[in-house]
Amino acid sequence: MTELLITGARLIGGDAGDLLIRDGVFVDPASAGSDVERIDADGLIALPGLVDTHCHLREPGREDAETIESGTRAAARGGYTAVLAMANVNPVTDTAEAVEHMKAVAAETASAAVHPVGAVTKGLAGEELAELGLMARAGVRLFSDDGKCVHDSLVMRRALEYVRAFDGVIAQHAQDPRLAGAGACCHEGEISGRLGLGGWPAVAESVIVARDVQLAEMTGSRYHVCHVSTAESIDVIRWAKARGINVTAEVTPHHLLLTTSAVEGYDPTFKVNPPLRPDEHVEALREALADGTIECVGTDHAPHAAHDKDHAFSDAAFGMLGLEASLAVVMDTMVAEGRLDWAGVAERMAYAPARIAGLTDQGRPLEVGEPANLVLVDPERRRTVDRAASLSKSRNNPYHGRDLPDPVRLTLWAGRTTFRDL
Amino acid sequence: MKHLLSAADLSRSEIDSILDLAEEMADVQRRPIKKLPTLRGRTVVNLFFEDSTRTRSSFEIAGKWLSADVINVSAKGSSVSKGESLRDTVQVIDAMGVDGMVIRHSASGAPAQAAGWIRGSVVNAGDGTHEHPTQALLDALSMRRHFRSLRGGFDEDWSGKTVAITGDLTHSRVVRSNVLLLRTLGAKVVLVAPPTLLPSGVTTWPAEVSTDFDAVLGEVDVAMMLRVQRERMSGGYFPTPREYTIGYGLTTDRLAKLRPDAAILHPGPVNRGLEMAADAADAGASRILDQVAAGVAVRMSVLYHVLGGADDKETNA
Ligand SMILES: [Zn+2]
Repeated sequence: MTELLITGARLIGGDAGDLLIRDGVFVDPASAGSDVERIDADGLIALPGLVDTHCHLREPGREDAETIESGTRAAARGGYTAVLAMANVNPVTDTAEAVEHMKAVAAETASAAVHPVGAVTKGLAGEELAELGLMARAGVRLFSDDGKCVHDSLVMRRALEYVRAFDGVIAQHAQDPRLAGAGACCHEGEISGRLGLGGWPAVAESVIVARDVQLAEMTGSRYHVCHVSTAESIDVIRWAKARGINVTAEVTPHHLLLTTSAVEGYDPTFKVNPPLRPDEHVEALREALADGTIECVGTDHAPHAAHDKDHAFSDAAFGMLGLEASLAVVMDTMVAEGRLDWAGVAERMAYAPARIAGLTDQGRPLEVGEPANLVLVDPERRRTVDRAASLSKSRNNPYHGRDLPDPVRLTLWAGRTTFRDL
Repeated sequence: MKHLLSAADLSRSEIDSILDLAEEMADVQRRPIKKLPTLRGRTVVNLFFEDSTRTRSSFEIAGKWLSADVINVSAKGSSVSKGESLRDTVQVIDAMGVDGMVIRHSASGAPAQAAGWIRGSVVNAGDGTHEHPTQALLDALSMRRHFRSLRGGFDEDWSGKTVAITGDLTHSRVVRSNVLLLRTLGAKVVLVAPPTLLPSGVTTWPAEVSTDFDAVLGEVDVAMMLRVQRERMSGGYFPTPREYTIGYGLTTDRLAKLRPDAAILHPGPVNRGLEMAADAADAGASRILDQVAAGVAVRMSVLYHVLGGADDKETNA
């Protein structure tokens, strides 16, 4: 078996050190053989492989936009070694068979661990529970109708109650379908009013979060808020945590960086659900990620074929790419601002997401005996983002033309090199 | 002027230039042979993703009286449902070598997006709940004619004029263009609607906002009434048509409280009895039919400014 010795990388906690990988596991560097392959990581930072709680891989059903193969290559490019793949594919991941199918495709083609998210309701219709227990037996811990909100209060109550039996988590796309209905495509405020775009009010998110945390308290179940986008939701989550309610939350890179003003030119690249919010919400999100009210970053990587985006803004598909630039955005919005150190990045982008999703072999410290999931980060290198250079099959990249860090130099998934640029 | 996408694109001198030329074009309208050679050899496509017989006819007549070749393309339901993107649709037409497109779309921003995708000129003929700049121009022309017709005339100083725009402001593209255009002209605008029909962020607009129509009636030079879709009722924007009319309609009572020289405007078609009483629509101060006539003249002028005026522009600059 080949060995890989990484020398001189800065480890979390401060000092530089060596990492030896053998058979997909970290082993004692002193035991390196003479013919070991060496990587000089001087000046680079070693982080645990990143874990994404929230992405859309489009397979099965829309392989023209993304596949498990292309999506996980993009993930590896972004430093990820595990992703949670949302259930809104075609057919919907609402049975154990669909879960097994996705895993089988991933076993053949993926460059990162793919953990299917199970639908909460059959066909994401919001009415009848999907086979949550059978999907749990197939390994699913996270359930979500993402793309849609589980808006019926009783269905939500039953889902939360039911998954308690196997320590499942209900991850909610919080969007009151009446307050942010069919035409809603832009944060409701000055810009939506001026541009004549359907308003998606901030309160449409927080009223659902408020209801759900109360249901989570009543049922004693685990509840996760997908892509938190408003200051009011954060207030509710803080309140819930103070009461001891079992709630976690994620924020997307785009909500950490971009604001509503990006839609001024009606470019459908910037159409996303929930919508980009004004500065004061962005500031609240950064603060909440820093203080741990929001535990983790979830990319909501949402690839779309050009012909689904090249419509009038209100007709175009929701969503933007996220896997490749996620760490870069966190570096510029959080690390450079002094709001997170590298240990904080590891916590928000690897440890916490793995914990929330119930993964035991991901989000682990870089220690002897642990699986070799690793990303080597260059803290200095930057680039101008070029959407043509993406490893995703789609080009709906909201960072195109923007100067961002270009940190990922090496990604190892269970000892296997999935991305290398050094 | 390459495109006309928003009333915000127009300077005061451009507005005056469009309105002045529109008056000249209106003279052509009154001739027995209504034809100018101005845009001979130019091709304009009326690309309508949403039905509007009134606006489309107005642009079509305007183009034809200027000798342009005008082609109507109804793309209703063709884009998303057939899987063809807006970008494809406009780029295919652009590739045929047309000089300009007049675009009407149910989605806000579609003409602005199209302008970024093609070589030819784009005129926004109404986009979603965003803007309808030629409507604002024809409203301005009607207002200017009205002011000029008054005793004492009009010295082109709009700063003393107050325009109240009343009705469904949230869903109106007319109001957004009018606010922008009237700001550039210098008039004072008062927006009147129940709180449910005020656009979000309206307090940042260059206009006063009121929910009390009666409080502003006596001071207005122009009462512009907007169409209220009866469907808004099911959306819960107001309880009943009766209550709406009593609160915000230009009723016979309110007509009597208007200043005698105030003009009444409406972009049409009027829901008689809902947003205005029948006698208000037909009152002496009503300029509603003049608005329709002004529409053709204004669109002739806009087409000329966008498609025919480029050379003049450069020498003037
Ligand atoms: Zn979602």
